[in-house]
Amino acid sequence: MEEIWNGFVRAIELIAGLDPLVVEITTRSLFISLSSAFLAAVVCIPLGGFIEFRRFWGKGALINAIHTLYSLPTVTVGLLVFLLISRSGPLGGLGLLFSPAGMILGQAILVSPIMIGLTITALAEVNPLIKETAKSLGATELQIIVTVIKEARVAVMAAVLLGFGRALSEVGVAMMIGGNIRGYTRVLTTSIALETSMGNLELSIALGIILISISLVINIVLNMVRG
Amino acid sequence: MAGKMLKLSLLLLVLSVFCSGALAAEGERLKLATTTSLQDTGLLDQIKEKFDELHNVSLDVVSGGTGIAIQYGERGDVDVLIVHDKPRELKFIEDGQGLERRCIAYNYFYVVGPEDDPAGIKDMNASQALATIMARGEADPASVMFVSRGDNSGTHAREKLLWKNAGLDYSQVNNSGPWYVDAGQGMGATLNIANEKQAYTLSDMSTFMAYQGNMTLVSLIGGGDDLLNVYVAMAVNPEKHPDVNCALANEFINYLVSDEGQDLIASYGMEKYGKPLFSPARGNCTLIGCSDGECAVPATASCAAA
Repeated sequence: MEEIWNGFVRAIELIAGLDPLVVEITTRSLFISLSSAFLAAVVCIPLGGFIEFRRFWGKGALINAIHTLYSLPTVTVGLLVFLLISRSGPLGGLGLLFSPAGMILGQAILVSPIMIGLTITALAEVNPLIKETAKSLGATELQIIVTVIKEARVAVMAAVLLGFGRALSEVGVAMMIGGNIRGYTRVLTTSIALETSMGNLELSIALGIILISISLVINIVLNMVRG
Repeated sequence: MAGKMLKLSLLLLVLSVFCSGALAAEGERLKLATTTSLQDTGLLDQIKEKFDELHNVSLDVVSGGTGIAIQYGERGDVDVLIVHDKPRELKFIEDGQGLERRCIAYNYFYVVGPEDDPAGIKDMNASQALATIMARGEADPASVMFVSRGDNSGTHAREKLLWKNAGLDYSQVNNSGPWYVDAGQGMGATLNIANEKQAYTLSDMSTFMAYQGNMTLVSLIGGGDDLLNVYVAMAVNPEKHPDVNCALANEFINYLVSDEGQDLIASYGMEKYGKPLFSPARGNCTLIGCSDGECAVPATASCAAA
């Protein structure tokens, strides 16, 4: 118990004193996960729109599959992306393995199902009258989608924030794709794993507190947006 | 409502811009895959500091066991390796995956265990000790246990070799009961598990010394030819993997075998542990079973083929 308490006190000191290492790792974590959430949002919101508004064979099964992938194991995505972007893989020429760009790609893939699925749900909840009205006013399909997404923007934003939260807190992709390289791809979660295995519990606790605090802020923002 | 969304988007944008500073320092990078011992002890952090400054580059260290490091090399995902498992190193060179084997440092593996040594292995040789731990562990798994890295690392390879030398079949050992704990983790984590369970394990000397302060385990057997632990650097062959940074990889190996690099290795750990964690290969080439070519300064392999 004393160990935990001492770790906690030291952790507060590290955070309050803006320890350079803690600041650096936190900044990098935020950058990588914000970028991956942004990348995923750009692809997933329109994609969710098309799935919701188009009628096609197997639509129900597809949506079911997307819901199943909400809990896509991070290590599986890590493995998949590793095989894709390793020098011996199909995208090897890009040299993305062990780089922040590779991590952004991996986390974007990881959070895509959540963003697509929640976008579909968000759009489905929009009053169908809005769609009908837009249609009767002669809107194209794209214009209809944009109109409805605008109407559902709060729920769509919530989907993006949830994706960001998942990207920030995952460790599988970050470890397997980033490689936990000091000063380059080391982020909050991989640092905690490493420092704990090395017995540096104070630093681990400090980074853990930061991670939880960021999640808390995301939640508060989420409630503000919804409220 | 729209105003709120705008504010939120702006906030995200500002955060992204602020954070992109984290990525600003892009320059030439050298990717090194290494065994965990050099990373966990902090030696590579020091080497990185010096090397980065010397060549104005960034040494990116990916740490894992020798098995995974060699795999990264075979896939062309890294430019240079530091590993410690001779048979697999020789195969790596033979397969044309690496340019040449360069011995850089050595120390010894330790058989570590609880201070009261419930299996009574002190002063045995390592293979005898392992066979004894197995016999005692099978009889009484509550008091005698062994924790294995189980991760295909260089240390794990040595453990398997010791079982073989004891006349035992590894797959049988691995499945012979609860006394044998297959951790599947790095050296530090494995030592922590062994310490929690008050079990025996095989550790490289440097990681054990670096972790000793937080543990009650002691070294029971150290030294002897069968526990010799030689660290080797190899550049990945540009003929197989045209994208690797071979020139810089050779510069790095040359730095390791240079007087400056060897001095750094020879003195590392003195301050903190009162004793160096690694011995330099310089001057000990024959002792550690490396050929003159494998210790020559500077590295002679050419990157010209690419």
